[in-house]
Amino acid sequence: MQFIDPHIHMQARTTEDYEALAAAGVVAVLEPAFWVGQPRTNVGAFQHYYSSLVGWERFRAEQFGIRHYCMMGLNSKEANSAELAEAVLTDLLPRYLGKEGVVAVGEIGFDDITAQEEKVYRAQLEMAKEADLPVCVHTPHRNKKQGTLRSMEIALEHGIDPGRVVIDHNNEETVKDVLDRGFWAAFTIYPRTKMGNERMVVIAQTYGSKHIFIDSSADWGVSDPLAVPKTARLMLERGVSESAVREICYANALAAYGQSGEIREGDWQGAAKVDQRALFEGNSVLRGQEPRVSGGKDRPTELVIE
Amino acid sequence: MSATPFELLDGWLRARLEEDGIAYLEAKVRATREDGPQPAFFLAFGTVARKLGRADLALTATEIAQANAARSGFQPGPWNVAQAARTLLLLALQHGDAASHGGVVDQLCEDADLGELVAVYQSLPLLPFPDEYRARAAEGIRSNMNAVFEAVALRNPYPSEQLEELAWNQLVLKCLFVGSPLYLVHGIDQRANPTLARMLCDYAHERWAAHRPVSPELWRCVGSFADGPMLADLERVIASGTEPERAGAALSARHNPNAEGVLTVHEAAVDRALAAYPTWDAVAHAAPPR
Repeated sequence: MQFIDPHIHMQARTTEDYEALAAAGVVAVLEPAFWVGQPRTNVGAFQHYYSSLVGWERFRAEQFGIRHYCMMGLNSKEANSAELAEAVLTDLLPRYLGKEGVVAVGEIGFDDITAQEEKVYRAQLEMAKEADLPVCVHTPHRNKKQGTLRSMEIALEHGIDPGRVVIDHNNEETVKDVLDRGFWAAFTIYPRTKMGNERMVVIAQTYGSKHIFIDSSADWGVSDPLAVPKTARLMLERGVSESAVREICYANALAAYGQSGEIREGDWQGAAKVDQRALFEGNSVLRGQEPRVSGGKDRPTELVIE
Repeated sequence: MSATPFELLDGWLRARLEEDGIAYLEAKVRATREDGPQPAFFLAFGTVARKLGRADLALTATEIAQANAARSGFQPGPWNVAQAARTLLLLALQHGDAASHGGVVDQLCEDADLGELVAVYQSLPLLPFPDEYRARAAEGIRSNMNAVFEAVALRNPYPSEQLEELAWNQLVLKCLFVGSPLYLVHGIDQRANPTLARMLCDYAHERWAAHRPVSPELWRCVGSFADGPMLADLERVIASGTEPERAGAALSARHNPNAEGVLTVHEAAVDRALAAYPTWDAVAHAAPPR
């Protein structure tokens, strides 16, 4: 089965992760622009980050036969430094929204749910309309339910079609409101903080697969880049139908972000099987190593993510 | 008089785009001419790929010949629509002075995606102030993204015309490092030099010490300058290399009177190798040793 991880921060991951993702059947990864742990203190830091999302990381992923896409945005946490936010919104983001492989404006939304975050969120919703791109909304860790509802209300206020907005990091408490309003409901399988995958199985059994998909949001924290393929296996083992698993772990994310026109199944379907010897011999990522021809190694890991 | 590169690119795109694509491109070219490097120009340079797509231009043999007639060494054979359109936009910029034009090129690269970088580097030989982009070209050669490196290094006359010796030598050596073929490097024979020959032989020794294969193309820039230890390296390859390696060493050594003896001693083996691989293109296309 083929998988898409529609939210993963590959910049924080190793080549070993790329190998494991490819071996597990992940054909495409989507990397939303986000916070990098250390707060940025000038516009140049954002520019470099955005450039590497559309440049180096995209190239790096291809070495492993994985297609890399990204989302451009100013994250909610750093939206709070008003001066910097203003510069990023006016000088930088408009230049990056039209780059190759940019499939959405994201991840944007609320963190502390401040007035400044709301201002930046609204400005970026307008940019998404202007650039005709879908939106990926990060819902807050704290006060999640209120933050999620508010995010959706604001998107609707701006006249954005909920079918073009992904509400991410859902849980049992938010999913119904999101689906009822016609938004896409994404779930992040992230150890110990967001969703565990046994809970995800129950969600799939309760709500079905329409408008629902999962991601790993793997980053520089303790996270699992194989969360999507592992959860797929767990769902199959526990009786979720193969077609539902395909929708939740592949097709729905493709449909949601495919509205950008920048990600198509043809990008990887029918593409020649990765042969690094032929295509990428001796490049800087693989220098001095044996290339992976296809298949590759799997990592012995626990299937259940709590 | 032959057409200019701008006229050629414009014509090729018109022949390949639908009406709305042509109209879009015309509008952007006009705006670029009239308004110069304003934010709209940088936006258009990016979004043109989404608007017009990235289909191969699939140029005919005649069109490829016209390219070389318009600008010697211009080889757009593998270009796609977006690359051609981006180059067209760059050429539509009214040139201010050299420094400001160089500044525009730098600014494009600062926030460029992979496709834009490739387009900028491919365009260098067509731009109006050749001296102005040397540092930019050297930067492209330092790139870790193969596609970017190859946009400067391969099928591009800019480096051989403009780069000083150190940067040129790094380009050739890096081709071997990353597995990019030397036969596509424009001016590879003309820019051969003794320092490069020594660097290449040192590199061959590193590879031998590590029991790694050596590209048969490596010898291309060695032969004319081979003397002393370098001559011994050529002899080692001619005596005990693989068939493509032997052909490479022989092709390279045969213009060097110092190598005559070596070639004569191994004449039969050399003849066999050259029969199988008579040209550098043939050597380059030999399957890489494993």
